[in-house]
Amino acid sequence: MTWREHRRNTIVTTFNLNGRAVSVHSPGDAPLLWVIRDELGLTGTKFGCGIGFCGACTVHVDGRATRSCITSVAAVAGTAVTTIEGLDDEGKHPLQTAWLELQVPQCGYCQPGQIMQAATLLKDYPNPTDRDINAVMAGNVCRCMTYIRIRKAIKLAAARMREGVSND
Amino acid sequence: MISLSAHGLRSSSDPSRRSFLITMLGGALMLGYARSGLAALPGVSAGELFEPTIWYGIDRSGTVTINVIRAEMGQHVGTALARIVADELEADWHSVRIVTVDSNPKWGLMVTGGSWSVWQSFPVLSRAGAAGRIALIEEGAKLLGVPVRTCTARDGAVHAGGRSIRYGDIVARGDLRRRFTSEELDRISIKAPGKRRLIGRDTLALDVPSKVDGKGRYGLDAAFDGMVYARPKVPPTRYDSQVVSIDDSAAKRLPGYLKSLALEDPSGTVPGWVVVFADSFIAANRAADLVRVTWHSGKAATVSERDIQNRAAQLIADANGGSLVVDDPGVDAILASAKQKIERTYTTGTVMHVALEPVNALAFEKDGVFEIHTGNQWQTLILPVLAKALGRSQDTIVLRSYLLGGGFGRRLDGDYTVPAALAAKAIGKPVKMVCTRADDMRFDCPRSPSTQVLRMSWGDGGRVTAMDHHAAAGWPTGVMAPFFMPAGVNRVPYDPFSISGADHWYTVGAQRVRALRNDVAERTFRPGWLRSVGAGWTNWAVESFMDEAAHAAGVDPVEFRLRMLDGAGRNGGSAPSAVGGAHRQAAVLARLAQKVGWHQPTPRDVGIGIATTFGQERAMPTWVACAARVHVDRTRGHVTVEQLTLVIDAGTIIHPNSAEAQAEGAALWGMSMALYEGSEFVNGQPRDTNLDTYRLLRMGNVPEVEVEFLPSTEAPVGLGEPATTAVAPAIGNAIFAATGARVRHLPIRPEAVLQALAYRA
Repeated sequence: MTWREHRRNTIVTTFNLNGRAVSVHSPGDAPLLWVIRDELGLTGTKFGCGIGFCGACTVHVDGRATRSCITSVAAVAGTAVTTIEGLDDEGKHPLQTAWLELQVPQCGYCQPGQIMQAATLLKDYPNPTDRDINAVMAGNVCRCMTYIRIRKAIKLAAARMREGVSND
Repeated sequence: MISLSAHGLRSSSDPSRRSFLITMLGGALMLGYARSGLAALPGVSAGELFEPTIWYGIDRSGTVTINVIRAEMGQHVGTALARIVADELEADWHSVRIVTVDSNPKWGLMVTGGSWSVWQSFPVLSRAGAAGRIALIEEGAKLLGVPVRTCTARDGAVHAGGRSIRYGDIVARGDLRRRFTSEELDRISIKAPGKRRLIGRDTLALDVPSKVDGKGRYGLDAAFDGMVYARPKVPPTRYDSQVVSIDDSAAKRLPGYLKSLALEDPSGTVPGWVVVFADSFIAANRAADLVRVTWHSGKAATVSERDIQNRAAQLIADANGGSLVVDDPGVDAILASAKQKIERTYTTGTVMHVALEPVNALAFEKDGVFEIHTGNQWQTLILPVLAKALGRSQDTIVLRSYLLGGGFGRRLDGDYTVPAALAAKAIGKPVKMVCTRADDMRFDCPRSPSTQVLRMSWGDGGRVTAMDHHAAAGWPTGVMAPFFMPAGVNRVPYDPFSISGADHWYTVGAQRVRALRNDVAERTFRPGWLRSVGAGWTNWAVESFMDEAAHAAGVDPVEFRLRMLDGAGRNGGSAPSAVGGAHRQAAVLARLAQKVGWHQPTPRDVGIGIATTFGQERAMPTWVACAARVHVDRTRGHVTVEQLTLVIDAGTIIHPNSAEAQAEGAALWGMSMALYEGSEFVNGQPRDTNLDTYRLLRMGNVPEVEVEFLPSTEAPVGLGEPATTAVAPAIGNAIFAATGARVRHLPIRPEAVLQALAYRA
């Protein structure tokens, strides 16, 4: 039996990805990361360690930062999953514009995960202290060591988002 | 003296290296000599595309497309190289785009390493840009009907007396067939630094946007119709393991599993490898866990870190082996008779690359060409290996370029392309081979453990009279690129990357530097080039030792160093890249001491340590001085770095924003390797195979970091690696300043700090 035949025989998992409903055929215990990358074709979410220790695979599940490499696809049935591609329709989330402006990325491989993690951080801590940033970003490795700029960009985006809220 | 640049290799008398040199210069000088000047490309009719050199073309819309042969791995290298061309070309920056090219013999040497890219490319690309500008002005003047001398070029157009014509229009209407002889190209003078419009100014690096929206394409993202996935079963030893049997009965029950094959590798790159195929990565990954392979292990299956280091000590103890890189007369006699002298031993442990994108490659044959899709740093090194592995000629193999999810020297070694290619050949289908993190780390080419013994003597007033430095490690260049090894004074070849730093710019009287090749290390693993390579361990020794010697001689450590950075004799520096020599190193150190308030008192258990290096190689010195301010917890031995301050002279800075980013990242790499990283070999394998046990510096560990570049119009030199080299010794010296405890092994673990504290008490 090939994988594809198997998939046809497998119970379909349905969830919402970046605002649209998707049905996938990978087995329920398949890691969400590889379902997103290989079955759904969105490659912005990266594979780094496979054990939830680097954060490169971070996506949102119902708005919460989640390590997709250790999350089964069955576990996200019926939820809303957001990847870097869906964080903002035009790729202009305040974190993304701050990341651009401060030229945060070097190799860039971890940055989608960093940005997705930071988005959750700002929901919980609209005005994060260094301690908040250290705690929430601790699980996201940047091998190029762009941490200094990541911190600056989080603070810049936070300031702009607070401004935006107060102007509403 | 060490010089592994094109300049240094020129003096080689070794025929194999001479032929390499020709290849290398063929690449570097392609602009001037390989093509006959400013001819239009064959096959492109006049008026379609102005392609004065292979390095860029201008089309009828005025778009300037710059061909980048360097891998993009975080250094924004394409932007820096494009700025060099565009500045001389007087191009409109908004019309410039970059293309990272695939492998092709026409590019000559394709390598991205050694922090060489800007340094090697600047002389070539600046003249290429200038040549284009000259031709465009000449043709623009004709089209405008004015004399050439009345014309200027600016912002992608030729201007004369209030009229102008865009470059694109000149390409469309003009006749750009002027030929420059190689001598003419050589004579083209580039702009005075004060007239530069792009170099030295900030811009948004062209690769950054695709790195914040998920659109950037890395090797892992490459796909091809009909491809199958593969994950390897990595054998128990790097060499000599033989497959005895493969039991895939459990995997056969897994949907999507295809088969498992032991690879036959004529190139010897991946002996004993088994590849597990499936129709998805999920299935390949699971199947590989289920497949049971029995190997006859190689001889290194019982070798551990201690065996490697014991061998290093043994090599150093024998006065007869190794390559003498510096060998002044009289060292032994001076040391023997000196009244004031010290001898110290420094060691460093195994360091892993852990590029966040595990190594992977997509391989397939199409229309008679074998295509390898992957991120890679040294295409011209791996192509002949692939040719041997596949049994086909190099000109039927192409490496397609992608973004690299981290390089750091891991991808200078393209070994990971070989199993992908062999797997594709064996199964007759496109194969995407992906290593898991554990596969990647077991297959890493780590930074070799090292052992070094240093001796120094001095006379009255702390004047140094002799210095002796012996360093033993596995040599990456010896294993992977022996043609790159120059001969020592005693005619024994050495790996310049494994000793550079020991041949420092201090005037120390009679000096000896001996490089020793650790054969036990090389039998156990493939030593790799890891960010700054040997300069990461030689400077740990040199700069810790300078501190120890200064204290032993009763001289302030900054003053001690400054006295020796006097620029005497061979330390006076030379053109083109080391103008000023030791005087420039003294300048960064003096500025640093001033910046950090070197003589200011610090609170209890807090200390400031300093270190200074020349980056990597004498032919391309990047002058670095670093101060670390640390707090030591005397009860637990924990070291907290509060601040890192760096002063750097890297000559002309092309793109300041990227330069700062490289220095920050490199400095934090240095700190990460000093305090958090490090593994060890246990029975032929690295002990750590994932991030649960291999620690890296994370957000909460980041100190305050300040980087200052000294203004300079000297030749641009390297930036990717130099800052890594000064941080560890600065931290070690700071621990001493804080507590009086001396650590001599990297990484610095709390137990070692406690031991040093106890020893002192």
